[in-house]
Amino acid sequence: MVAPATQDKPKIHDMGIAQGAAKLTPERIEVVIRQFLKNETGARLKAYLETCVHCGLCSEACHFYLSNDNDPAFAPAAKVKQTLGEIVKHKGRVSPAFIEKACEIAHTECNLCRRCAMYCPFGIDVAYLMLVMRRICHLLGTTPQYLQDTAHSHSATLNQMWVKEDEWIDSLQWQEEEAQEEIPKLRIPLEKEGADVFYSVIGPEPKFRAQLIYQAAVIMNTAGVNWTMPATPGWDNSDMCMYSGDNEMMARLKRAHFETAMRLKVKRIVMGECGHAFRSVYDMGNRALGWRMPPIPVVHAIEFYYELLKSGRIRIAKKYPTPVTIHDPCNVVRGRGLHEMLRYVADALCEKVVEMHPNREHNYCCSAGGGVINTGPPFKNKRVTGNRVKAEQLFRVKTKGVKTVIAPCHNCHGGLEDIIHVNQLGLELKFLGDLIYETMEKPE
Amino acid sequence: MHAVYNFVAGPLLWVTAAVFLGGVLYRLVSMALLARKKDLVVYSYMDLRYALRSIMHWLAPFGSLNSRRRPVFTIVTFTFHVCLFLVPIFLFAHVVLWKQSWNVSWWYISEATGDVLTLVVIAACLFFLVRRLVLPDVKYLSSASDFVILALVAAPFVTGFWTYHQWIGFRTMGIVHILSGEILLMAIPFTKLSHMIFFPFMRGYMGSEFGAVRHARDW
Ligand code: SF4
Ligand code: SF4
Ligand code: SF4
Repeated sequence: MVAPATQDKPKIHDMGIAQGAAKLTPERIEVVIRQFLKNETGARLKAYLETCVHCGLCSEACHFYLSNDNDPAFAPAAKVKQTLGEIVKHKGRVSPAFIEKACEIAHTECNLCRRCAMYCPFGIDVAYLMLVMRRICHLLGTTPQYLQDTAHSHSATLNQMWVKEDEWIDSLQWQEEEAQEEIPKLRIPLEKEGADVFYSVIGPEPKFRAQLIYQAAVIMNTAGVNWTMPATPGWDNSDMCMYSGDNEMMARLKRAHFETAMRLKVKRIVMGECGHAFRSVYDMGNRALGWRMPPIPVVHAIEFYYELLKSGRIRIAKKYPTPVTIHDPCNVVRGRGLHEMLRYVADALCEKVVEMHPNREHNYCCSAGGGVINTGPPFKNKRVTGNRVKAEQLFRVKTKGVKTVIAPCHNCHGGLEDIIHVNQLGLELKFLGDLIYETMEKPE
Repeated sequence: MHAVYNFVAGPLLWVTAAVFLGGVLYRLVSMALLARKKDLVVYSYMDLRYALRSIMHWLAPFGSLNSRRRPVFTIVTFTFHVCLFLVPIFLFAHVVLWKQSWNVSWWYISEATGDVLTLVVIAACLFFLVRRLVLPDVKYLSSASDFVILALVAAPFVTGFWTYHQWIGFRTMGIVHILSGEILLMAIPFTKLSHMIFFPFMRGYMGSEFGAVRHARDW
C-alpha cells in the first residue's frame, strides 16, 4: 500500500552511503541488525512501533512534509514506516539498496527536532527512532560522507574542525590581543582553576567565527565574570557523533568535556550559542555516560545573558533600532524551555521584536539541525526546499518591517542563512552575542 | 444453534476474559521488564507530576494544540472513544447479562440512548475508514491490518444494532455479535489496539521528558 511518492524523489549520490552500502551483503546486514536490536534496543522501540495507529496526526508537525506539498513520504510516521518499520517487520532481512534509502531518510529527512512528539497523541518519539536508524547506519558503515568526516575529526582531535591544540590556544590569544585594543585590561583567562564559569564553544568558533570569542570576551570582562577557557582538548562542546549514531564517540567527547570542567574545578559550564551542543551536553551525552543529569551545571548562553541583563551586570547603551524577529532553536526551546528568557533578552536589546508563528515550543526547525546540515553539499537543496515553511514565516515578518533574525544557535544560523539566500529574503542574521556586543555599555 | 450460543455465551466468555485480562497484564509486565533491562532511562525520567500533566492535556478535548487544529477529528475521536466504553458497559441488555452472570449491577442507559451511541460508533468507524482511504498521508501509512482492526472494532456494534432491531437473521447475528465482541476483546492486548494499554505510559514518559528535563510543554 505504499504510494509512489517516494519513487519520485531524485536520487542523491553520497559517497559515504553508496560506498558503505557497496560493501554490504544481505547476510551481513541481517547479522548486524539482529545483534543491534537484541542488545541495544528495548521497550521504547517496541512500544513506539507497535502503538502507532497510523492516524497521520503527526504529519503536519513536520516542516519536511509541509514544505514538500504534503508528500506522504515525508510524514513522521511514514519515515518510520519506510525505515525501522520494514527492518523490524523483516527481522533485518533487507537489501543494501534498502539500507541506502533508509540512511538517506534518517540522515537527511529528519532534523530530530521532536516537533512531531507534540502532535502525536501517544508522544511517539520519531526523533528517537530516526536516531536508532542512524545507529544502524553507523554500525553498517553507511554514514553520509561529510557527517562522517566531522565524526572522524571528533575522534582524532576531540573537536569538530580538526583544530590542533596549539591552534586553539593561538586563536584565543589572538582574540585576546585584538580585544585589548578596544579594552586594554581585557583577558581571556586560560586554565584558571576554580573559576565560576568554564566558557565552552563549538569547534567552528576558533576556526571560522573567531569574532564570537572576541565578543564573548568583551561581555565576560565587562560583566566582571570570573571565567576561564581550557587550554586542552575538551574545550569543544559540539558533537556530531551524537547525530552519526556513534554513541561510543559521543560518550568519549562528553567525558572529555565534563572532565575538563572537573579538572578546572569550575562552578558551571556556560555554553556558547549552539543548540545541538546543548542537547549533547544536557540531554544525550550525559545519558550515554550514565548521568541522569549533567554532573556539573550546564547553562546555555541564552540563560547566561538573561542573568547578566536581569542583574544589571550588562547595561544596554542604545537598543538595536530596526525590528527583529526570533527564531526559536528547537534544542534549547523544545529541548530546554528557554523561550521566555530568549524573549526577555531580545526585548532588552532591541527596540522592536516581531514574532514569527508558530513560535516557542511549536516553532519550526531551521532544517539544519539533527546533523542534517553536516551531511554537506549533496543534500543542501533538499534541506533548503524541505523548509519552505520557514521561508514563508520569514517572508511574513519581513513584510512587517523585520530586517534581522535572531538565532541563538550555530546550526540555525547555517540553515537559515541558506534559506534566506536561496529565497532571496535579504534578512540579516544575528547571534545574541552580536547584539549584546553592539548595544551594550563598554568600559572606556 | 443453541449449542453454538451456549458455547459463545458460556465457556468462550471465560476464555475471552482470561485472554483479555491475562494479555493486558502480560503486555504491561513484559514491557515494564524490558524497559528495566534495556531502557532504564524510562524509569530515571518518569515523573508522576509531569506525566499526569501531559496525560491530562491530551485527554481533555481540545487540550492540545493539535486537537484544536482539527476540531472535526477531535470531536469524532472523543465521542467515539467515550461511546466505545459506554455502550458495552452501560447498555441495558448488557447490564442484565452482567447481573445474570456475576450478580453485579449498575446504572444503565435507556435503550434509545444506546441505539444512538451505537450509531455514533458506527459512524465514527466509517469516518476513520474514509479518512484512511482518502487522506494521502493516512492512506500511505495504512496497511491491511489497519483496516482489519477497524473492522474488528465496528463489528460488535453493527451486529449488536442488527440484533437489537431484530432484522432478518437476527438470531445468528446475535451469536456473531457476541463472538465479534469476544474477538475484539482478545485482540486488544496483541494488536495496535494495545494503544489503549500503552497510552498513559508513553504519553507520560514524553510528558516527563518534556516537563522535568526539558522544562517545556508537549501539547
Ligand atoms: S524533522 Fe522534526 S517533526 Fe519532522 S519527523 Fe523529524 S523530529 Fe519529527
Ligand atoms: S506517530 Fe502518532 S500521530 Fe503519527 S501516525 Fe503514529 S500514532 Fe499517529
Ligand atoms: S539547528 Fe537550530 S532549529 Fe535546527 S534543530 Fe538545531 S536547534 Fe533546532
